[in-house]
Amino acid sequence: MSERKINVDYISRVEGQGGIDLYVTRDGELRDAKVRIFEPPRFFEAFMVGRKYDELMELAARICGICPVSHEISALRAVEDALGVEVSEATKRVRKLMAMSALISSHVLSVYFLTLPDYFGGRDLIEVAGENPGLLKRGLELKRLGNDLTELIGGRSVHPVTAVVGGFTNSISKGDADAMRKRLIEAKSDSLETVDLFKELDIPEFARKCEHVAISRPDSYAINEGQLASTEGIYAPQREYRRFIKEDQVPHSTGKHSTVKERESFLVGPLARVNINFKQLSPDAREAAKSAGLRVPDYSPFRSPLARAVEVVHCINECIEILEAMPYHEEPVQVKIRAGDGYAITEAPRGVNYHHYTLNRGGITTKVDLVPPTCQNYRNMEMDLKELVPPILDLQDEEIAQRCQMLIRAYDPCISCSVHAIRIHEVK
Amino acid sequence: MEKLKCGVFKFTGCAGCQMEILRAEDALPQLLELIEITYWPMVTTKDWEEDLDVAFVEGSVSTPREIREVKEIRERSRILVAFGDCAVTGCIPSIRNFITQREAEKAVYPNPIWIESIGLRGISEYVDVDVSLPGCPPHRNTILEVVKGAVLKRRPYLRHHSVCVECKLKDNGCLLTEEKRPCMGPVTNAGCGAICPSLNRVCEGCYGPMSAPNAESMAQILLETGLTEEDVKRKFRKYAGWTPEYRKEAT
Repeated sequence: MSERKINVDYISRVEGQGGIDLYVTRDGELRDAKVRIFEPPRFFEAFMVGRKYDELMELAARICGICPVSHEISALRAVEDALGVEVSEATKRVRKLMAMSALISSHVLSVYFLTLPDYFGGRDLIEVAGENPGLLKRGLELKRLGNDLTELIGGRSVHPVTAVVGGFTNSISKGDADAMRKRLIEAKSDSLETVDLFKELDIPEFARKCEHVAISRPDSYAINEGQLASTEGIYAPQREYRRFIKEDQVPHSTGKHSTVKERESFLVGPLARVNINFKQLSPDAREAAKSAGLRVPDYSPFRSPLARAVEVVHCINECIEILEAMPYHEEPVQVKIRAGDGYAITEAPRGVNYHHYTLNRGGITTKVDLVPPTCQNYRNMEMDLKELVPPILDLQDEEIAQRCQMLIRAYDPCISCSVHAIRIHEVK
Repeated sequence: MEKLKCGVFKFTGCAGCQMEILRAEDALPQLLELIEITYWPMVTTKDWEEDLDVAFVEGSVSTPREIREVKEIRERSRILVAFGDCAVTGCIPSIRNFITQREAEKAVYPNPIWIESIGLRGISEYVDVDVSLPGCPPHRNTILEVVKGAVLKRRPYLRHHSVCVECKLKDNGCLLTEEKRPCMGPVTNAGCGAICPSLNRVCEGCYGPMSAPNAESMAQILLETGLTEEDVKRKFRKYAGWTPEYRKEAT
């Protein structure tokens, strides 16, 4: 008998192109588990060199069609850091509103369209909707709510256009803000019902303790600004990201693998955020999380979709609060160009999103370093697979492959992002 | 009526165009009465078995594997749609065509030998395309128009004129002539509904070149707004620098 190889050529219901390879020895031991990423690289870090400070958010947005908002805000904040620009409190609030709107739509897409079909036994949500028409309707409506809010602020939901260095090019009218606020208030019950769904699901019993990493701040649920924090004691300014995290290229993946220096792989994303920032969640989000079985700290990757649903509840609450104080009318802050380095971390829907730019005296980039969330999770996915698979090796190959795909989907990888996220060394 | 068999494929791109399909929330339930999603790995686990009536290809071709795949999709599809700027012109990632492949790989990966990558091109470089749907991303209404055309067996009505026409239709003041701001609207393909100028931002050109743009004259006007020659080059290089329409101004 030769070695048993179980593989998934192309993982479906995730963004981007990746597969899974499991190698089992003749003695029935799992020898290796690999998440194979064959998404073609786009070399953002190479071609973003030589570009101007005021277009970096626009270029960075194109790293990802699902989380363009997070890339825009990371890029804007990094550039503002380099130029010494302090934006107004109002700009910060609208940016947070925009980031949370994108979090809502991305999370709802992930929970309803990508995750739930596994638990309802369908190939996709449209099939599931045959017997559960309410799910498709609720999923579409909640997703649309997030997208509409992004569009209201940014002109469109994919690659929005109004966020620029120093502020926004336009503002939202009182009428639009009120109408949106009303819709969000009405959507609250849908978001709570989404969390409740998880009480009925047969979530695999699997947990593996690992380091969780997210940004954090004492006064609010950190999305756009905070200190880099972890469950193993990291607490540092965002510019020190590279002091803690290292990346390595591996042959089977065009996305690099990250580890905490002198420690192991780690997790970023909704579960890490909820674990680290549980106290800052809104009270009903905390309550909903507990009632649906989330334990803090929770180390089960299969409960990441539940963490997403919990964050949707929180984000709807905080969006309502911000919209109450609308409208804001402000011109973008005037910018003086100077040379320097700028750093920023935001929380993309999938986790820590680090941008670092070096600008010359003309405001042109000479160095670009980007670390979107998903590549930080690859190594952790493989570590999870190595513990998840051995106890289920007596199952049929197809069932094992399905369980592994469920694990990867629980991470909600954004593979396009991850493959454009690799460190560049100085070109000139 | 038999439903149209549709497939959505992802090549080298960001998935934003696929997201824009899902943005047609209102139309989706009715749409599914006219079309059947035969293949779309981002949302369904179905394998690709049947030949297609309409194939939407998002993204550029940038690996030898993708050349093989786009040719197979061509053979097995009646209508092939270059779906979004990456598939049409190469979009923002085509900026890297202006540095050498070796330079790009070495800049990004310590072991470039593990990377399989070639110069980035729109899909019409390798196969015949029936419909080019520009935009980063293409507006959902234009996506629906393509489907409508396929259902009614006619060419989709897509605009090939400039964004300026859309600004006029919206009664926007002109950012270029009135405010002397560097707007790419006069050479940029319409379809977005003039989103940026309507929100007090100049058009950056994200729908690529319109039909027969006067890029040379546009470059001159941009210089007159105060941009440097390097700035102008960056503008033309940004979304469609590798196209014959913009190549000269982008280089």
